[in-house]
Amino acid sequence: MKNEMHIQFSALSENESFARVTVAAFITQLDPTMDELTEIKTVVSEAVTNAIIHGYDGYPGGLVHIDCEIVEGTVSISIWDEGMGIENVDEAKQPLYTSKPELERSGMGFTIMENFMDEVDITSIPDKGTTVRLVKHLKKSKTLCN
Amino acid sequence: MSLSVHFETKQHVLLVRLSGELDHHEAENLRNDWQDILSKQNLKHVILNLEALSFMDSSGLGVILGRYKEVKQQGGEMVVCSISPAVQRLFEMSGLFKIIRLEENEAFALETLGVAS
Repeated sequence: MKNEMHIQFSALSENESFARVTVAAFITQLDPTMDELTEIKTVVSEAVTNAIIHGYDGYPGGLVHIDCEIVEGTVSISIWDEGMGIENVDEAKQPLYTSKPELERSGMGFTIMENFMDEVDITSIPDKGTTVRLVKHLKKSKTLCN
Repeated sequence: MSLSVHFETKQHVLLVRLSGELDHHEAENLRNDWQDILSKQNLKHVILNLEALSFMDSSGLGVILGRYKEVKQQGGEMVVCSISPAVQRLFEMSGLFKIIRLEENEAFALETLGVAS
């Protein structure tokens, strides 16, 4: 059975905490470990921050969307914006690469997402927006399925 | 849960204790306050106590790296202590432990920088 949740909110940094806590609350029904919960909160924070800083470049009129889906023990989270898009996704994914060094960005966002999730898929179209799809199979549920 | 920051100076060492959650939203204020103290006072080293930090993402790494560069430029050292396993993973992933020394707790960290606690 599929269970889904959708939210959208203004691209304001105040909402970063709201976004990660909301997704974490939704997946608690799967009884995740503390590590899994922290990993999911962290990747949501990374993708939402990217949408706010890069997608909308600080422009507060934009909306960030999160579609979250649970199928058995697998969590799929799509975080998308309708902002400026990423010209070169491969470059953006490089560890320590940042297009905004003046903002003290560490350039570790995508690296963290790839480390903490089982699948990371980035689709971006210049001037249309970016979608980051994150998938994680939770351990406990995996054991139950087997 | 927001971030609360406590600064304390001990001789030539700035102690920075963070509690709560450090994300992009909180990073800018932290950066400004931290830079302000470092530029106004004659401090050489920084000890970053993360015992009460419940959440951090890559925005936190950016702020820490930024202050590391400033401290290094003045010939000082940055030491981090009381780090949680989750934050430790982010430090490891980004290679920060190659430049920032890890100590178990604040007292040890102070001792290594020549300050009796």
